[in-house]
Amino acid sequence: MFWEHFAVWVAAFLTLGIYSFLYKDNPWYKLCESIFVGISAGYWFVTLFWDNIYGKFWVGVFPPTHVNELGESVRTAQPDYWLLVGAVLGLLMLLRLVPKIGWLSRWSLAFIVGATAGFYLINYFSSNVMRQVQDTIMPLFGSGFDASAYVIIGNIVVAVGTFTGLIYFFFSKEHRGAFGFSAKVGIFFLMVTFGASFGYTVMSRMSLLIGRIDFLLSDWLGLIR
Amino acid sequence: MRREIPLIITGLVGIVFVVQYFIPHWPFNRMNAWFSDWFSIVQACAIWLGALNLLKISLEKIARRKSDWGYAVVIIASFLLITIIGFVEGESFRDPGTRFTWLYDFVYTPLSSTMFAILAFFVASASYRAFRARNFEATLLLLAAFFVMMGRVPVGDALTAFMPEGWRLTDLATWIMNFPQTAGQRAIMIGIALGIVSTSLRIILGIERSHLGGD
Repeated sequence: MFWEHFAVWVAAFLTLGIYSFLYKDNPWYKLCESIFVGISAGYWFVTLFWDNIYGKFWVGVFPPTHVNELGESVRTAQPDYWLLVGAVLGLLMLLRLVPKIGWLSRWSLAFIVGATAGFYLINYFSSNVMRQVQDTIMPLFGSGFDASAYVIIGNIVVAVGTFTGLIYFFFSKEHRGAFGFSAKVGIFFLMVTFGASFGYTVMSRMSLLIGRIDFLLSDWLGLIR
Repeated sequence: MRREIPLIITGLVGIVFVVQYFIPHWPFNRMNAWFSDWFSIVQACAIWLGALNLLKISLEKIARRKSDWGYAVVIIASFLLITIIGFVEGESFRDPGTRFTWLYDFVYTPLSSTMFAILAFFVASASYRAFRARNFEATLLLLAAFFVMMGRVPVGDALTAFMPEGWRLTDLATWIMNFPQTAGQRAIMIGIALGIVSTSLRIILGIERSHLGGD
């Protein structure tokens, strides 16, 4: 019981500490901010150790054993020594902390950059270009002429908005005449997008704020049941 | 040596990731699996590098008695606290009831969600400055944000309860999010993706070398 109350008081102390920044920068906020930095770094330090270094590397190279019915110690899987290359690359990354041989960390960085570039080249092109174009060019009246006016107008809006929006981002040609007019329409769509995204973000932040106030008033102070 | 080997590694790894998409068979599927595993291990070490760097900077701050060095002590103490507990708990550190989970639930979660929640106030003050109907484009921004916000709260529906279903503020907000917002978002998304694809190609071909730094 004591630990439950203590936990709620700790959480309330930290929540109010962060909110105290609304008044001005102060030692209470700085204390909570420093705790947040330390705890976040430690959280990821531990999580990635157990998930990636232990879970992937250690278990992969030294698979756990179990004793079978004959009393023999048997490995659950074959060791994958190729994972040692990953460990070497990881150690090279840490060499950045040693200035004299810090340049060796470029090998690991090159691996990360190459893998990310190769992965993004295909996946972004597939999901964010091809798929988006496919979803933009829809049958106007539905595949079986069964679309409602709501969907028909919506599909036209999406097609026109995407096309004119892309025209706005095409800077190799001067925005004049029909091209300029299309770019102008594109700006209108982009403004609606920014406004809607802004409104959506505000509401999500409000939702988090309500969550924290709810915690303070119900869990901590017990004013709301 | 200092530039050539990293360039070869980048190109080779990038090409393997591209080729395995089109030829998902041996040896490319095997290489893809190795590279993915190595990526996870290097990623963990990169986070370790960041955390160790944070410790190094904080220790330097304490040693030199720089301003606010006391907060550096708090950073190190909280880092060590959760790290030691996480290692002592072992593999099952995330199980319910562990001390690590306690720290996550009652320290990390309140701090992170309040950090994001506090943005509500800054967003409100930013919107006060941004939402001025100076011209047609600004008015569109204002109206889209207004309808989306009103459509997401009960009062929005209450204000338009007299209207037929499908024409209320909630429906308008949904329509804005589903169609004009999707159109603009899609144009931005396609533009960004084309930029990423061309940059990735430049990196793989060794034209873009800024990630390797100087000398």
